[in-house]
Amino acid sequence: MTRFNFFVCLGVAACALGYTPLLAAQASNATAIRAVTIAVLSRADDDKLDARKIEAAQLLMPGGAPQDGLAIAIEEADFELSEKKLSIKLQLGSAATVEQAKQLIAQAEKNGAIAIVTDWPLGLIQGVANQTKLAILSTRDTSDSLREAQCAANVFHLAPSQRMQNDSVAQWLVQRKWPKVLLLAGPEAADQAQTTAVTETLKRYGLKAVATRPFKLSADPRERDLANPLLLTGGIDYDVVWVVDNQGDFARQLPYRTALARPVVGSAGLVAETWHRSFDRYGAPQLSRRFLRTHKRPMSGSDWAAWAAGKVVLQALTKSPKVTGETLKALLAQADFDIDGFKGTKLSFRAWDRQLRQPLLLTDGQAVLQTAPLEGFLHPTNNLDSIGADQAEKKCKAN
Amino acid sequence: MKPALSCLFVMLTCAAITLFSAPVFSKDTQLAFISSEKDHAIAVVDLKTMTVVNSIKTCKRPRHMQRLAGNTQMMVACSDSGKADLIDLATQKSVGQFSLGEDPEIFDISPDGKTIFVSNEEDGALNIVEAGSGKLLKSVKVGKEPEGVKVTADGKTVYVTSEVANMVHVVDIASGKITKNIQVGKRPRRFALSNDGKELWVTNELDASASIIDTATLAVTATLKFTVPGVREADITPVGLIFSKDGKTAYVGLGRANHVAQIDIASRKVGKLALVGKRAWGVALNSKDTQLFVVNGLSDDMTVLNTSDFKPIKTIAVGRVPHTVVIDD
Repeated sequence: MTRFNFFVCLGVAACALGYTPLLAAQASNATAIRAVTIAVLSRADDDKLDARKIEAAQLLMPGGAPQDGLAIAIEEADFELSEKKLSIKLQLGSAATVEQAKQLIAQAEKNGAIAIVTDWPLGLIQGVANQTKLAILSTRDTSDSLREAQCAANVFHLAPSQRMQNDSVAQWLVQRKWPKVLLLAGPEAADQAQTTAVTETLKRYGLKAVATRPFKLSADPRERDLANPLLLTGGIDYDVVWVVDNQGDFARQLPYRTALARPVVGSAGLVAETWHRSFDRYGAPQLSRRFLRTHKRPMSGSDWAAWAAGKVVLQALTKSPKVTGETLKALLAQADFDIDGFKGTKLSFRAWDRQLRQPLLLTDGQAVLQTAPLEGFLHPTNNLDSIGADQAEKKCKAN
Repeated sequence: MKPALSCLFVMLTCAAITLFSAPVFSKDTQLAFISSEKDHAIAVVDLKTMTVVNSIKTCKRPRHMQRLAGNTQMMVACSDSGKADLIDLATQKSVGQFSLGEDPEIFDISPDGKTIFVSNEEDGALNIVEAGSGKLLKSVKVGKEPEGVKVTADGKTVYVTSEVANMVHVVDIASGKITKNIQVGKRPRRFALSNDGKELWVTNELDASASIIDTATLAVTATLKFTVPGVREADITPVGLIFSKDGKTAYVGLGRANHVAQIDIASRKVGKLALVGKRAWGVALNSKDTQLFVVNGLSDDMTVLNTSDFKPIKTIAVGRVPHTVVIDD
């Protein structure tokens, strides 16, 4: 059982909670224990973490705040932390605006935090990244732009990029020999950006978008063409429907409602997930079960990313117990810094965009059918780099 | 209800007594037994014809298996059932079960056969269990996801790996206390102990290496790196490890590199490599050390090699997610 208590901190009112490994506490009479603070900053008024949404545990949706995943990583490191005479304190806080985010960052710096672990979206991360020297470990935002044109040198991405998700799905289509794709694009700005990215992915993999059609969740009869799955998927031949729907309600209702008997991929049907409870290789069930036991809900992709952020910080600490907020970034950026993410291979950060290279799970929510990169998709240095933006395509100027 | 239960209890205890003490009847069945995690069964392979001849139903998610003293029975650790199943090798039937606690994976047996040391993945504990009754004698808290377990020949010390803490814990059996934590490579998995007990080897799955520990000083004295031509380091994930009986050669299953390696123990040099199935992990030798058996966890088969020329003879399909092979020749 984890010896952790969760405090809910609203707005910018940050609070701290301590975690001292059992053995370290016992050994406290010997050498002094170094207490290390990690700032864990989440989104205030997060509609995707509404209680009903969490219960539904839908694919590609977050399951909770980042401290949940982090707690498991800290518990796992218990032994090593006590060996190195370290204890971990968390500074929790949540922000809705850039102003609030800045205040929390200032507070973290004042507290001497070693790193910031956050599920903030693009806007907040971008708004604060240049204000701090601390490493920001991002656990939820998948936008490509934060890794490309709008990147910052101190932001490390534990969540996969959309490009990685797109490439993973595309590899499956290539392997299945399903080249003809009907692309259905959602109405949100994020959907538009991702649709453009999917189109590029299709081109790269020699797949063909036979049509790109916008959809809208609507009961208005005048918008039938945009809302009716039969009309949206009719009058054209294709091998597969690729739906881009970051909100998710339309996509989840699409499988089995298409005009032709064809599978759905992308935001529903077969998706590229960071983590899933049905993944049963490489020690994954043990991690999933530890999470479920502690938090009474399945471990989501963003929970895995928060757990991985914890692994990153704690491993840096146990390897170099003297590491500080100033020196952590350089340590993480080293080519030989890697973590065990329970995905069967070592995971490290890409030098060109600070993205954690990692296999993604291709799942329909019932089973993990394969992990991407799929067999046969090769890369000159690391096959994991066959999913996501490669070094030659570097658009980030900060790194 | 009550009398029936106590009967069962007596039966189990009886079974335990027979198996953990005296060798009674037939052994050397000329069979190989392979546990299959997803079939909840043990595939039986005839060593002469190299074909599957039977499938023994056992408890849920069978993983590690070891022959017991006397060689007439083997013990299977079932992770999902939290049980040990005792299989009679001659009749190929289960003859008793006892509890091993939640999610047992790898175990070892005390030299007197009375005590089982089992890694408990979920709890992060080394459980010390009375053989036969399943009574929990002691539970030692270790790093998360303990895996490899090895008891020394004098029965005083047990070594345990923690896959998450990247450590080998040295546990004093009498006191049930950890006497030393040895930092090794990433995700340490399995052990082999030299015949003289002076050297302990442990495979590091995510470091493409094995750490060699001096058991007197409890320090890592050497790290053996594995390389496979044409395979990247990230894909070399060593797990299964065994020493030949003459103490000269070690064999290591290299996981997703799909190879098995032959190592000269004295010079610590990796010799020949052989291509086997996907995710080669469990390894075993026959009694004369002339044949090596490699279980391939991702291709659901087992490859048999001649140790003389280190060439594969045959690959046999053995059930979904095979884990461990036990040879009874």
